[in-house]
Amino acid sequence: MGATALRNGPSPVPAPIDSIVEVRGISKTYGNVEALRGIDLDFPRGKLTSLLGPSGCGKTTLLKIIAGLTRADGGTVAINGKRVSAPGPERAFVFQDFALMPWATVTRNVAFGLELRGTNKAEREETAHRYIAEVGLAGFEDKYPHELSGGMRQRVGLARALSVDADVLLLDEPFSAVDEQNRRKFQEDLIRLRTNQNKTFIFVTHSIEEAVYISDRIVLLSPRPGRVSQIIEPEIDRSGDPERIHRDRHYLDTVEEIWQGLKQYVE
Amino acid sequence: MAVSIRTEGEAAGLAPLSNRSTSGASWDQPIILRLVSIVLFAGIWEVAGRIPVSFAFPTFSDTIVAFFGLLADGSLATAYLSTLQPLVLGVVLSAFLGVGLGTICGLWRTGEWLMIPVFIVLQAAPVAAFIPMVTFVYGIGMTAKTLAVMILALPVIVLNTYKAVRNVNESLLVMCRSFLGTRWQTVAKIILPDASPVIFAGLRLGVAAGFVGVVLAELLITPTGIGDLITFHRSRADYAEMYATIASIIALSTLTLVFLQWVEVRVFRPESRGA
Ligand SMILES: Nc1ncnc2c1ncn2[C@@H]1O[C@H](COP(=O)(O)OP(=O)(O)OP(=O)(O)O)[C@@H](O)[C@H]1O
Ligand SMILES: [Mg+2]
Repeated sequence: MGATALRNGPSPVPAPIDSIVEVRGISKTYGNVEALRGIDLDFPRGKLTSLLGPSGCGKTTLLKIIAGLTRADGGTVAINGKRVSAPGPERAFVFQDFALMPWATVTRNVAFGLELRGTNKAEREETAHRYIAEVGLAGFEDKYPHELSGGMRQRVGLARALSVDADVLLLDEPFSAVDEQNRRKFQEDLIRLRTNQNKTFIFVTHSIEEAVYISDRIVLLSPRPGRVSQIIEPEIDRSGDPERIHRDRHYLDTVEEIWQGLKQYVE
Repeated sequence: MAVSIRTEGEAAGLAPLSNRSTSGASWDQPIILRLVSIVLFAGIWEVAGRIPVSFAFPTFSDTIVAFFGLLADGSLATAYLSTLQPLVLGVVLSAFLGVGLGTICGLWRTGEWLMIPVFIVLQAAPVAAFIPMVTFVYGIGMTAKTLAVMILALPVIVLNTYKAVRNVNESLLVMCRSFLGTRWQTVAKIILPDASPVIFAGLRLGVAAGFVGVVLAELLITPTGIGDLITFHRSRADYAEMYATIASIIALSTLTLVFLQWVEVRVFRPESRGA
């Protein structure tokens, strides 16, 4: 399929050269619901990897296990070669429901991770202001979350995750509560951020288009119990005009290819 | 899509805010409206006193005159000096103890099982019936009056705090954990601010109950302070003085509640201050 590197079949997947997050044999069962079974995955450093799959296949569960927010029943997660089982400074989470403190201003919300770490006020506010500008919210520093639109609130969530300077950003469907226009704009910003910030992004979505548009790598999960069914690397040139990418033949082919792969689960 | 936006907003605890900010808006309404309301109230009182509804019901103007009389002869000041000590002590103790115990019960299962049933019973019971018992055990001094205040004020403060802490926004807790918040930080920076509107509602009810407690104690057990002043003027059929005393304690109670609300908005929930 042209430049699209495609590996079929379930795990194991050969490890890429430099992977920052290594997931080995992760399984998770809630009561009698088997959410994940034997997940082996490597996330290459500095890349944006999407977890894509039908609703309920365990994407959020996997992301929260990587974040250390949910315990796995079996298997290990290693960050930079070190096993982790709790949240750590090298990871930061962007929540689907934003999780902003309604009583705190944008600045305090963005600086909250640093506040918890004991960074002094002047320093953390300076950092916060920098990232508020970075996500395009300059001028809203002293507003409260209820004064912002959904899209702007999620930008606050993103700025908060950026400001703790973690190596890995974990995003759980960050745009699902954001309207379509903002979503597009946000996706473009994310591509730009990924280029400037040199961070690793792990991004959960159930939109094929979104995954293909922004990802270096797409991990397709099968429905319950969630397993890795396919890994796709859409090598799309994102340097040009975003509108052009959406019409790019390679982009459209990749979307179609993934849809063909997923269709079996929907029927 | 629009539906899902709304759900998310509610999940993040943002929807109630819009209510809060509308109620905050009435805060800024022209002071004239409030004055009109007070004048209207005074007018109706005056008319009712002149009809008169009862021979024991003084007019508004007589009551005002009596009020200044009580101020001038110092009897109001003496009475308040004696009433305010157990009241302030009891309310302050109840506030700290109540918020503390409520938080512990909200966070700690064993504490919840040990204490919550007691406070539920206390809140349901006609607590005023305990006041003579308190006198029986502690005599008729300051201790008994302080206890009377606390018996009435504490349960509602504990129960409100407990409920608020139990129902704290789950996703904020996860957020705090993911950004490496310690247990203490979670309590101080997430749980208490998130619970503060309900805690303050409990505090307002508790303070009002504390006023009831102190007046009851003074009417029922220790003939001192405001309670004594009311009884004294009633026994002499000085109804204007009696009403002036009652009105003064109602006014004080109201002012205290308004002050509490001000502190809440100013210190704990600045976002609800409105535009
Ligand atoms: N805390 C929990 N308790 C019980 N079952 C759970 C819990 N969390 C998730 N599950 C179940 O595990 C499965 C995977 O859930 P998960 O939220 O990870 O899926 P998802 O891929 O993120 O789905 P969606 O696209 O709807 O967000 C689902 O069937 C869900 O019902
Ligand atoms: Mg999910």
